[in-house]
Amino acid sequence: MPSATLLGQALISGVLAGGMYGLLAMGLSLSWGLLRLVNLSHFALAFLAAYIVYELGTTWHVAPWWSAALVVPAMFGIGAAQHWLFDRFRVNELASLLITFSVAVILEAGIQLYWTADFRRYETPYSTLSIKAGPFFIPVLELALCLVAGTLAWGTWLWLRRTFVGKALRASAEDADIAAAYGVNHKQLAYLLSGIGAAYAGIAGTFIALIATLAPAEIWTWLGVVFAVVIIGRLGNPLGALLAGMLIGASQSVAMAIFSPAWAPVVSFSILIVVLLWDPEWL
Amino acid sequence: MAMKVARDLPRLVAALAVGAFALLPTAGLPAFYDSFLYLVLFWVSLATSWALLSGFAGYFSLGHAAFFGVGLYTTAVMATKFDVPFLLTLPAAAILPALLAVVIGAIVFRLRRLRGELFALLTLAVTFVIATIVLNTPIDGGGGIFMSAVPLPSLMPTPTGTFYLLAFVICVTTLAIAWKVSHSRLGMGLFAIHDDEDVAEAKGVPTFRYKLAAFALSAGIAGIVGGVHAMFVGFITVAGTFELTVPLYVVLMSVLGGSRSWFGPAVGAVVITTLLNSFNSGDQAMLGRAFVGFILIVAILWLPDGVVPAVRKWLKRRPTGAARAGAAVAPVVASTKPAGDRTLLEVRGATKRFGGLLALAGVDLDVREGEIVGLVGPNGSGKTTLINVISGHYPLSGGSIALDGRQISALPAHDIARRGVARTYQIPRPFMNMTALENVIAAATFGGPSRSPAEIREESLHWMAFTGLSGKEDMLPAGLNLHERKFLELARALATKPKLLLLDEVLSGLNPTEIDNAIRLVRAIRAQGATIVFVEHLMRAVVELSDRVAVLNEGKLFALGAPHEVMRDPGVVSIYLGKAYAA
Repeated sequence: MPSATLLGQALISGVLAGGMYGLLAMGLSLSWGLLRLVNLSHFALAFLAAYIVYELGTTWHVAPWWSAALVVPAMFGIGAAQHWLFDRFRVNELASLLITFSVAVILEAGIQLYWTADFRRYETPYSTLSIKAGPFFIPVLELALCLVAGTLAWGTWLWLRRTFVGKALRASAEDADIAAAYGVNHKQLAYLLSGIGAAYAGIAGTFIALIATLAPAEIWTWLGVVFAVVIIGRLGNPLGALLAGMLIGASQSVAMAIFSPAWAPVVSFSILIVVLLWDPEWL
Repeated sequence: MAMKVARDLPRLVAALAVGAFALLPTAGLPAFYDSFLYLVLFWVSLATSWALLSGFAGYFSLGHAAFFGVGLYTTAVMATKFDVPFLLTLPAAAILPALLAVVIGAIVFRLRRLRGELFALLTLAVTFVIATIVLNTPIDGGGGIFMSAVPLPSLMPTPTGTFYLLAFVICVTTLAIAWKVSHSRLGMGLFAIHDDEDVAEAKGVPTFRYKLAAFALSAGIAGIVGGVHAMFVGFITVAGTFELTVPLYVVLMSVLGGSRSWFGPAVGAVVITTLLNSFNSGDQAMLGRAFVGFILIVAILWLPDGVVPAVRKWLKRRPTGAARAGAAVAPVVASTKPAGDRTLLEVRGATKRFGGLLALAGVDLDVREGEIVGLVGPNGSGKTTLINVISGHYPLSGGSIALDGRQISALPAHDIARRGVARTYQIPRPFMNMTALENVIAAATFGGPSRSPAEIREESLHWMAFTGLSGKEDMLPAGLNLHERKFLELARALATKPKLLLLDEVLSGLNPTEIDNAIRLVRAIRAQGATIVFVEHLMRAVVELSDRVAVLNEGKLFALGAPHEVMRDPGVVSIYLGKAYAA
């Protein structure tokens, strides 16, 4: 059994790493839960954003936040454009999964052609920065990510609960025809939501550029975990997605500290399987 | 004699062609071609096996790599650690994954919630869990397994030729299985499950068993393909085995070719493997993948059912049966058939609870053989729920139901259907991907007494004519109007030769002429010997048709008797009918 300090550190890193799962899961959860579209290209869009931030930062020396200011609205536009395709062809859930998978493959090929298959690392002064709290180290970038993810999740949740637009979206997700009969312009809202989902991929991508090592094939590494997070957090619930992300991150990290790093996938997927089979009320 | 030759000739040619293809490696082609053809056959087998469950029954699995991988590691471990000859490991490589599928299916298929994309993700999660277990236990241990010391039997002059032959045998067998399944009772049941699982169960399809069978078959084939592939690749690793490529490619291939057709996945597999192979190195391979992705997008948007069904539809273009407008009028039968004395249906204290809501609060009802009982009551009084518990769609919370003196309340819905209970739905629920005739045939096959396919077809045609649907046999339900769909529901129910027919608001939404026609039809059905319980709001029909009327209110039997007596009962009038009818 590892020491309490090691466990505590594992817990902290796990929760912080879970912030990334949650941030990636939020966009997916929104489009799946509220638009009934399963968007696999979300991961590829995040990596496209990450590569652009990396390119702007290393070649043009643009600060990451300025890059983000450029990339996030661009992603919003891509998300809305993608929805035009789904809307035009009345795509269902399964077809959306296959189409967005293809989109992801095409983006992966594009990224590899331009940036090659080599590993890329965007070194910034913040990469190694960390705060010391008692015996524990808290990396600054991951902490910032969690704060941003938390703010976005909380804000989106409030937006869906409290505002007319949010309620209209949830009504449309329940029954689009009835909602339309009550005057909800579902189509317009769907474009907005798709854009927002893709914009989240842009934000996640900015952090991926700063935190992770980039390679085209890395697009697929988080797929399984993030889908587990989306389901455990309940579809269409951004706050649930973030909390589930942190839960999975923490349990993976602790399992890695106690057993061995190689066992980590079993933790998240076992949690997913249990949740799917058991379907508890509290989730 | 000439007839026999004409019939056997295509078979002979096909057998010769198969034999010639099997012996292809002896022609001395460069090894490159053998390997390429091996890969084509490999993907055809995998994609076809995937479609057995996921294409036919619509349970999309993203876990095909799990079964493929278990088969692969079964062969690898048996051959390297226990020195079992390679060919002898293959049966185990098929059986182990099939057993795994049965275990997973036995849990998952019981949960109604886990259909559609949740099933897909669950199977994906299972893949990751199995991969991690294999990686961290001595099965692999993280270092991978070298197969180089395992002797390969020389079935062909070259090793690549041997692999080709093995893959060829598996591929032909897989296609034969897919053909056989899609033309069998099992296939018909799986197609019905694909379209509407609840209705399939209510029509007598043993859905749970059928899904398990398809899952096991699908996993077993994937496993044996994996077993051969272990030898083909020579060095196996967890990362290379349980990756996303397998599930995603089989889905792409099947969807592109048409996953509901037995050879659609094969067409998709050949196209995609050839395309991928023509971009063979480095960046080109990446471009190839992108190109395949692009083709898939185009195919899904413009050919959502896949290439094979689209080509078939195009070949079969024929004028629709629009020429024969208007449903035929049902024969007129006197309404005076007396009800017998034997009790057919015996409902005792039937109770159904949904959470805190008591939908049925102890209903007692006897229905005599040959009788027509009208079931009336205000909305929410439990009429449809009573139909649902009799047909077995919902289990009872309390009480009992007997048919012909035998308890049926604990049986699954498909068993009840087979014992002679048929039902229709208030909103028609035909199998949307089957033609009108296929809908009736499917119901007759699973619900009715066992007969030969030819008899079933003839009787189904008879019942379609009986319900005035002649000329609509080849139309898909989407092309029928509400009236025709309601009558298709009736034809489906009748084709099972039910002892007891449960009709749920057959008349709602019909115009007066159609209603007259439907009333005549119900009488004609009774004249065939069926007992009928029908839910109806239209009082004219209730009074005209019923021998007795049962009034439900708040989940209890409120009144029971001859239509005119019950309708005059002041209590019934006050809860349901209103003053106008009483006067």
